[in-house]
Amino acid sequence: MTSQVPDLWPPSAQEVVFLLLGVVALGSALLVVTTRQLVHAALWLVVCFGALAGGYLVLTAEFVAWVQVLIYVGAIVVLLLFGIMLTRAPIGRSAGLDSGNRVTAATVAVGTAAVLVTVVVQGFATAYTPLEPGGGAAATLGASIFRSWVLPFEALSVLLLAALIGAIVLSRTDIRPANPAADAGGPAAPTTPPHPPDPAPPPADGSGATAGETGSGRVSRDGG
Amino acid sequence: MHVVYPLVVSALLFSIGVYGVLARRNAILVLMSVELMLNAVNLNLVVFDVWLRDRLHGGQVLTLFVIVIAAAEVGLGLAIVLSVFRNRRTIDVDRLRDLSERDLMSPTTAGPPGSGPSGPPTPPDAGPAAPGPRPAPSGSGSAGALDPSEAG
Repeated sequence: MTSQVPDLWPPSAQEVVFLLLGVVALGSALLVVTTRQLVHAALWLVVCFGALAGGYLVLTAEFVAWVQVLIYVGAIVVLLLFGIMLTRAPIGRSAGLDSGNRVTAATVAVGTAAVLVTVVVQGFATAYTPLEPGGGAAATLGASIFRSWVLPFEALSVLLLAALIGAIVLSRTDIRPANPAADAGGPAAPTTPPHPPDPAPPPADGSGATAGETGSGRVSRDGG
Repeated sequence: MHVVYPLVVSALLFSIGVYGVLARRNAILVLMSVELMLNAVNLNLVVFDVWLRDRLHGGQVLTLFVIVIAAAEVGLGLAIVLSVFRNRRTIDVDRLRDLSERDLMSPTTAGPPGSGPSGPPTPPDAGPAAPGPRPAPSGSGSAGALDPSEAG
């Protein structure tokens, strides 16, 4: 890109900071995939995401860094911890966390790392850019989202709503098909098990109205 | 800032995620490893955005989108994991072998190997013999024989 590119090895101060953060991120990621305690894996994931957020800050992507802290550390790790607690995982040291094919997995991972690092180093060895602040500020990024990328943004909001409703339907246990429908309707009985979110067992004349009412009520409750 | 340093960090992070997905047995740990791989992709996107000086900031905007999609994916994945745990009392991905080809012959049906997985094209002439080869727990034989013709 630029005419004079500084040498690769004596790294500048920014690169030293980024490399230290990268080493922290890689070490904690390695602990995530090798630790024997399930809760510690989630906590090392916090360290890894925090170091990556610091790396985004060094790369002048401030808004992405804060979103990373808010959503990953604040929401996703908490969600994973909830999952760990709700599945009654062993809190202490447990031996059965690793599968039997660790050697194969390590071989595949080392092969992937070798291929990717070789390609990346050969392809981008001379790529250099000076860092200038302001490129990833919230103002510029927000203007970019709401001017150029507003259609994917809206589509993503629909996807989030669908994921929310899907998670609710999957995790609720009280909207299973009612069992008295099995002896009430003869031929319709075997079709009910593949459709758990179907809440309308009544006869066919009023089923559409009741389904519409319950659907609108649930949507309004979610929105409010 | 040389672009190589973040790219190498990203490649190594992705490989660590690959190892975690392949080597872990707990489903929640597999989800954590998927998150590591997504973060490697995010780092790549941010680095290329900063390097190319995109006027539309496509890389960083796409990073935000990937973060949102990762949140939705973890929510749905944990809902599925909790549902599996509620039904099976385990979330070991090594023990969830219902879709495996090897275990298909041994446990349940040894008589009709062809009609086991393909339920709907059952011959309609054998009314009371229908619940024999069907693995689905249907209530009455006539209803089970009538159902595919009714649905399809």
